Amino acid sequence: MRPWVNGFSVNPIFYSVYLQKITDMAQSNIMPGFRPAISFTLVYLALIVLIPLSAMLLKTFELSFDEYWAILTNARVQASFRISFGAALIAAFVAGVFGFIIAWSLVRYNFPGKRLFDALIDLPFALPTAVAGIVLATIYEPRGWIGKIVMDTLDVQIAYKPLGIVFALIFIGLPFVVRTIEPVLQEFDTAMEEAAASLGATRWQAFVKVILPNILPATITGVALAFARGVGEYGSVIFIAGNMPYISEIVPLLIITKLEQYDYAGATAIGLTMLILSFLLLLLINGLQWWVRRRSGQL
Amino acid sequence: MSISVNHISKHFGAFTALDNISLDIPEGELVALLGPSGCGKTTLLRIIAGLEQADQGDVFLKGDKVTDKPVKNRQIGFVFQHYALFRHMTVFDNVAFGLKVKPRRERLSNEVIAKKVHALLELVQLDWLHDRYPDQLSGGQRQRIALARALAVEPSVLLLDEPFGALDASVRKDLRQWLRNLHHDLNVTSIFVTHDQEEAMEVASQVVVLNHGRIEQQGAPGDIYDHPANAFVSRFIGQTNVFDLDEHDADWLQTAGLSTAQQKGKIAHVRPHDIVIEKSTAGTDTFVTLKDWQHLGSLIRIELVKSGASGQAASVYAEMPNDQFRRLHLNRGDKVELRIRHAHWFH
Repeated sequence: MRPWVNGFSVNPIFYSVYLQKITDMAQSNIMPGFRPAISFTLVYLALIVLIPLSAMLLKTFELSFDEYWAILTNARVQASFRISFGAALIAAFVAGVFGFIIAWSLVRYNFPGKRLFDALIDLPFALPTAVAGIVLATIYEPRGWIGKIVMDTLDVQIAYKPLGIVFALIFIGLPFVVRTIEPVLQEFDTAMEEAAASLGATRWQAFVKVILPNILPATITGVALAFARGVGEYGSVIFIAGNMPYISEIVPLLIITKLEQYDYAGATAIGLTMLILSFLLLLLINGLQWWVRRRSGQL
Repeated sequence: MSISVNHISKHFGAFTALDNISLDIPEGELVALLGPSGCGKTTLLRIIAGLEQADQGDVFLKGDKVTDKPVKNRQIGFVFQHYALFRHMTVFDNVAFGLKVKPRRERLSNEVIAKKVHALLELVQLDWLHDRYPDQLSGGQRQRIALARALAVEPSVLLLDEPFGALDASVRKDLRQWLRNLHHDLNVTSIFVTHDQEEAMEVASQVVVLNHGRIEQQGAPGDIYDHPANAFVSRFIGQTNVFDLDEHDADWLQTAGLSTAQQKGKIAHVRPHDIVIEKSTAGTDTFVTLKDWQHLGSLIRIELVKSGASGQAASVYAEMPNDQFRRLHLNRGDKVELRIRHAHWFH
């Protein structure tokens, strides 16, 4: 029998060497259950991640490179990429700042209703995104509760504009930031702050020079997660975005539009590009994180 | 007085950590705050540093009342129990921290700071580690870096919280000696907290014994050992045998050569080295049997069992030099006679 992995034929010699290696590792490892665990991991990875992504790749290969390039350089597609990535980036940074403050308050201070507040943080995880989108749109639309106030005082419209997308993505991204910073802040050795004070540092200096550098890697992770989630977010955005081509149309919506027009190859072409861009950005963020950790002696 | 503490009290909820403590520490001393865990020694140290606020009482450093001054303005050097080094900074940056956070008009130039930091690192013999991070150092090295960091700001007093608590026994021995020498060279008034009486006796020039938030005794190590103020200090410092006269020990103590008639107390504390052992000659009455012995280096610790007419069996410990013990030619189970040279009496 020829072993097949992910639809690609694998050199049988390589495969047997690989199997031998896994067997060796199983025998030399003290931890039991290596073989079932690694088998499960590989099967899971193949079924849930690699096969669907490969299928998308193969579907895109139905297009010639020129056709692919034409889809990508289409002005409407390019605008939607700018909006999706731009809004996600801004939202992730804003969520980073607010998330840090919220995590700080939850860890450092005691106040009535703290546990309830703590539980509320996870709400965007659990809430159906469409519900969140409708609620946000209702409140922030020009005649909505908050939208009207902002419209009257600042003359700024939030809903049905790119700003609305940013608002929705902040909402979605916040728990990622809070939940990544919280445990790190909890573990932070407060004796370091006392040490800084005993050496004559003001509280601000202690915060900037001692606390912040120790929390920064976790904050970057939180922002990266919020960003990754924001780029792909669909449900909560489409209700508040207004979905005007060239202005407030996000990439996921464009993919849906292409699918509704039976342009499957076009949809996968955009999807693949998004995948590659997201992957590159995550690599970049991981690199940044590695650099921060290394610079701060945590590696 | 370099450090004065006046009528300090501190409560944590219903628990009294410090109960009306007053303490004066002259310039240049190396003082040990010694006591069992929960006796309030660390709380007292933190109140002197300003890391904790007392409920009542005042703290004076070099004659200045600092009770309401925040820690950053007290000019103290504090070495934390687990060092609290800045994990994200190199050894150099850790030591330089106190110099770099000074207000701009007081701040030294970078070259002067670098010079000073390297001099401090040489003082603690770790200049070769200046570009490492704390996680890459051993416990003893971290301890010395923490000390160098505290000394960088030229503190008027140096406060150390369990400075040797988290170290291996062998490293601890070396560091104790080293700290004493360093203190001798720098002569900065220092207080360190410890629960280890041996450490306190070995390192400190003055020992303050605390228990249940009160000072039990203060004095030079020798004084405290030779003249314990009360039963707690006597038990806590060094080894001791306790004989209670209410448990019919009086006759027995008298046969061991300890007069009980004119004593003020009812409880006798006898140091193991104040008990002399002789092999029992045939015919004399004795209730004491040699049970076992352990080698403590140059000394032998002898476990004796006292039994017979004077009450229930009880263990008595004696100590004597190795060669002296060898000359007695004793075996396990031999009958022996005791002579008590000295005892402390308490109520």
